[in-house]
Amino acid sequence: MDATPPELPDRSLNIAILAMGGQGGGVLADWIVDLAEREGWQAQSTSVPGVAQRTGATIYYVEIIRPHPGRSPVLSLLPVPGDVDVVIAAEFFEAGRAIQRGLVTPDRTTLIASTHRAYAVLEKAKPGDGRGDSGAVAAAARVAARRFIAADMQALAERAGSVISASLFGALAAAEVLPFPRAAFEATVRAAGVGVEASLRAFAAGFESIATPPTPPPAAAALAAQARGGSEAERAALARALARLDEFPAPAQPMLRHGLQRVADYQDAAYAHEYLDRVAHLAAHDDGADGFALSIEAARHVAVAMAYDDVIRVADLKTRGARFTRVRAEIAAQPDQPVGITEFFHPRLEEVCASLPAGLGRAVQRSALLSGLIGRLFARGRHVRTDRLTGFLPLYLIAGLKRRRRTLLRHAGEQAHLDAWLALAARHAAADPRLATEIVKCRRLVKGYGDTHARGSSKFDRVTGAVDRLAGRADAADWVRRLREAALADEDGRTLDGALATLATLESVPAPTGETV
Amino acid sequence: MAERSFAREVQDLRLGAGQEFRGEGILAVTKALLQSGVGYVAGYQGAPISHLMDVLSDAQEILGDLGVHFETSASEAAAASTLAASVVYPIRGAVTWKSTAGTNVACDALSNLASGGVTGGALIVIGEDYGEGSSIMQERTHAFAMKSQIWLLDPRPNLPSIVRAVEDAFELSEASHTPVMLELRIRACHVHGSFVCKDNRRPPFPLSQALENPRRDVSRIVLPPSSYVHEQEKVKERWPAAVEFIRARGMNETFAGDVEEIGIILQGGMYNGVMRALSLFGLADVWGATRIPLHVLNVTYPLVDADLAAFCRDKRAVLMVEEGQPDFLEQALHAILRKAGVNTTVCGKDVLPMGGEYTAQVLVEGIRRFLEAQAPALLHAARTPPGAAAVMREPAVQALMKAVPPRPPSFCTGCPERPIFSALSLVQRELGEHHVAGDIGCHLFSINPPFDIGATTMGYGLGASSAAAFQVKAKKRALAVMGDGGFWHNGLATGIANAVFNKHDGAVLIVDNHYSAATGGQDIPSSRARNPSRSTQHPIENAVRGVGATWVRHIDRTYSVGRLRDMLRDALTTKAEGPKIIVASSECMLNRQRRERPAFAAAVKRGERRVKPRFGVDEDVCTGDHACIRLSGCPSLSVKDSGDPLKEDPVAAIDNSCVGCGNCGEVADAAVLCPSFWRADIVHNPGRWERMVARLHGRLIAALARRRDAKRLALV
Repeated sequence: MDATPPELPDRSLNIAILAMGGQGGGVLADWIVDLAEREGWQAQSTSVPGVAQRTGATIYYVEIIRPHPGRSPVLSLLPVPGDVDVVIAAEFFEAGRAIQRGLVTPDRTTLIASTHRAYAVLEKAKPGDGRGDSGAVAAAARVAARRFIAADMQALAERAGSVISASLFGALAAAEVLPFPRAAFEATVRAAGVGVEASLRAFAAGFESIATPPTPPPAAAALAAQARGGSEAERAALARALARLDEFPAPAQPMLRHGLQRVADYQDAAYAHEYLDRVAHLAAHDDGADGFALSIEAARHVAVAMAYDDVIRVADLKTRGARFTRVRAEIAAQPDQPVGITEFFHPRLEEVCASLPAGLGRAVQRSALLSGLIGRLFARGRHVRTDRLTGFLPLYLIAGLKRRRRTLLRHAGEQAHLDAWLALAARHAAADPRLATEIVKCRRLVKGYGDTHARGSSKFDRVTGAVDRLAGRADAADWVRRLREAALADEDGRTLDGALATLATLESVPAPTGETV
Repeated sequence: MAERSFAREVQDLRLGAGQEFRGEGILAVTKALLQSGVGYVAGYQGAPISHLMDVLSDAQEILGDLGVHFETSASEAAAASTLAASVVYPIRGAVTWKSTAGTNVACDALSNLASGGVTGGALIVIGEDYGEGSSIMQERTHAFAMKSQIWLLDPRPNLPSIVRAVEDAFELSEASHTPVMLELRIRACHVHGSFVCKDNRRPPFPLSQALENPRRDVSRIVLPPSSYVHEQEKVKERWPAAVEFIRARGMNETFAGDVEEIGIILQGGMYNGVMRALSLFGLADVWGATRIPLHVLNVTYPLVDADLAAFCRDKRAVLMVEEGQPDFLEQALHAILRKAGVNTTVCGKDVLPMGGEYTAQVLVEGIRRFLEAQAPALLHAARTPPGAAAVMREPAVQALMKAVPPRPPSFCTGCPERPIFSALSLVQRELGEHHVAGDIGCHLFSINPPFDIGATTMGYGLGASSAAAFQVKAKKRALAVMGDGGFWHNGLATGIANAVFNKHDGAVLIVDNHYSAATGGQDIPSSRARNPSRSTQHPIENAVRGVGATWVRHIDRTYSVGRLRDMLRDALTTKAEGPKIIVASSECMLNRQRRERPAFAAAVKRGERRVKPRFGVDEDVCTGDHACIRLSGCPSLSVKDSGDPLKEDPVAAIDNSCVGCGNCGEVADAAVLCPSFWRADIVHNPGRWERMVARLHGRLIAALARRRDAKRLALV
């Protein structure tokens, strides 16, 4: 083998780009190739787009080398673990994937990652919170990378009216891992000729993101402490409710304040006092374990249960002034720009009956004739234009039914459910406060509308139905937690079926005694 | 029109002698074809060779100038049959497809072609879809080459080598009267590089000349007794002629090295990977020098026995680097060496894996094991290749293994196929799960979450026929899915006509997105676009009725989830006899956006009134149950923190990538989901009257909202 002349570089600079199909990873790879060639280097890029182009995880790979007249380099078409100088991840978990694949090593690799998340279907489809742990990726990146550069490149690009490839290209320039000046990077962007100004703005934002430390999260907003609106008597009553917070353990007070805010907004001051009564009933059994978890969870879930999402509530939320402001901000509408807003409602017979006074609602439910009539009337979904008075007014009027809420069929049902649930928790609170906490947390299973709500309620019933069989076991609380997590794992409840089946087999063996871990 | 425009690349096809071509490997092939005086090109699109088809599609003018006929074939079988033009006429022809899927389809024609042999050079450009990024079954084209006796080239994956292989292939084909396959792996197709061009050549024997002076040679037709003669010609004439040409042309390459007691024999396509592996040991450099001698098989079939024996003769051991299974080359090498009386040890699949892609990492490990066994001193003195083993053992990295979920490909934002599977999910909720036969195409993404629909996929256009066994009386019917691409590829005959003829009782859902979408949005007969060089706008419904189907429903807007659900329910429950066929049509959103987005922006710039729809979610109404996501899976419909301490689970959120396809509203409606969704219709350049009305409504609404806000009891 010929000795390599000293002026010859002995290896290429290797760059891997991990992106999702449609993110523009190919554009970034093309820019790097163009940049290198523009600077007189030789470049080779490869990719495996194929069907992965359709939103799947995709990898682009570029090798660049300073050329030598009369000799052509042999470059790799694939990244080799341990032999990659730069990894660019266009999404945070794609950075994780790069680390998993061994492409990021502490002696070589500069890892440039956008911190934003595009959740995989598996993460976002779970009825509960299926999102992966970004902290795990960050921790691994700090261990695996020689240098770890992270910023929300997606947000930077969007703010500049461009796409993520531009901000990432800027970060690559600022990282100074490629031997080319900033001007050469920018010349490449200009030469591409598409959306140049916006791309350059995003490029600059990406470039500067390296130097600027991430902004700290905004300080928590001041706690609500003042009653507003309503009559004077109501304000006074709400102020009294606020004063009652001191009766509760201090760690539970912030959550109680949120709850109070919710139920007062939902109904009235009397409702706020009812809320505190219900929480107090459980909090009385709180022995302070797990940082007063029982009180905190009761404060959270009783508020959600009391502020159930009925037709009145939805109509109220949809007709608030702040809501229109939020929608217009989200779609970035100009101040005077007309925006049509369409709502999608599909109330069924059940919802209609639930919105009637309890007696009438039950009568309709009993009458086949009336049920059939109303059922047909509401067979189709309603599209309501809330930017028009014709659509807004009916909703506005429905929202005004709030005062009658306590007399409606839905309320009766919700109260019964609430009472049964809290009674179950209270029954076990004295003997096993941890179990009571877990029972309280099961309310998380009840959510959604229509069929989803029905399925959630049924899961809630099945989990809480197991409580009395579990009571007395040292691991009762753990079991309820396990069952709840199983219920949140999928929609049709298969995981929960499995967990309940396991429980049934356990019940045939003696329960463990003593402390659990 | 294809997904990507190749207007710029087309200009590269005009480059003349001495000019530098820069671009993708597969586009270099296109230029090489024109430099070789090709007379006609045909093929069927599919990664990784779609770009070859797309660029020629966009290059009608240049092809016309040169007198080259280009055809987008209905299938690979049609493409392979096109090569019949080279059987008796001295016309060079090239066809292309992805392999082995396409080769399977083409086999009938290929076998006949290879039997009779060719006069003009016949080239088959194969996109070998093997390893990472592949979308098909993992098989080798090698077996097809051997069984039909078609020569197989596997050039080193750089542009000059690929271009040379194309040029040599035509000559080899003509010298041996045998069709030649040029195998290019996925990354070689997409590799960016450069080569120095030659002038394009007009085909010396134009197709028109053949038509006007037809020739026939009955000895080239596959019918006894000629077919027996062909078999003898293959082994006695064509094979030796090929070997002679390969040797004379020096198509295989030997790279000398100073460590002469061992050597490596490799497929050309493996060259860069092997060189990188060797250089990581310090046994080669990035400029192509190697210490271990290499024998590079740019032709992997037929092998040149004498060259292989000569390379091995004075070596203690050689390593055969052959990707994929079975180990055809390694077995052949054993036989060759034994016959030649050469005692060299042959390593191969004993140190390298039998199946799967030979990544550089795999090659590093294989070479290490080879050296350890055959040249331990060399290994001892060599550099330790870098690796990630140490960092992979770190607890923080280990913890990551479970944290990162897979991200399989899926339906794009706004894809019109998503509502089809939303509707099907709703029907299955009512009627229970059904046996659903899948097909090839974007619609096969239904097998992944959130839909989890589809039991099998038997091949392109074979959805309906793969449900053929299930046409018995039962409480549920089988449902077969087929795309428009597959329908025209062969599904009309093998699926629909077959179902009509055999009086099938099941349902067939034909997904019509107006393109062969998964392969890059090429036009097909039912495409709605006007295509100057093709005849389009032939409705699938007409074709289906034409072969005798009577229960046919057509829905021209797949986003109507409720209607589609009712139609599917009907198809699965009706008493009507014969196959129940639903054609669900809506344009591929990728293509639609590509066309409409610039037009929209231009119209807005001109001051014309335009309305842009977008969907959103009211975060305070959303309860975080994610039922909508389970019925959609749209990339733009995701989750975010609720921002509400009372709500633990993340709420649904729609990001800026939303194209306002309408699926969210329809699903909310049809599935009786929650009322959190809203659609905003943003009006650009509104008229004065419209602006006034909007302002009036806005003010009144704001006043009413303010009134209620003031009265509402709140804690602030």
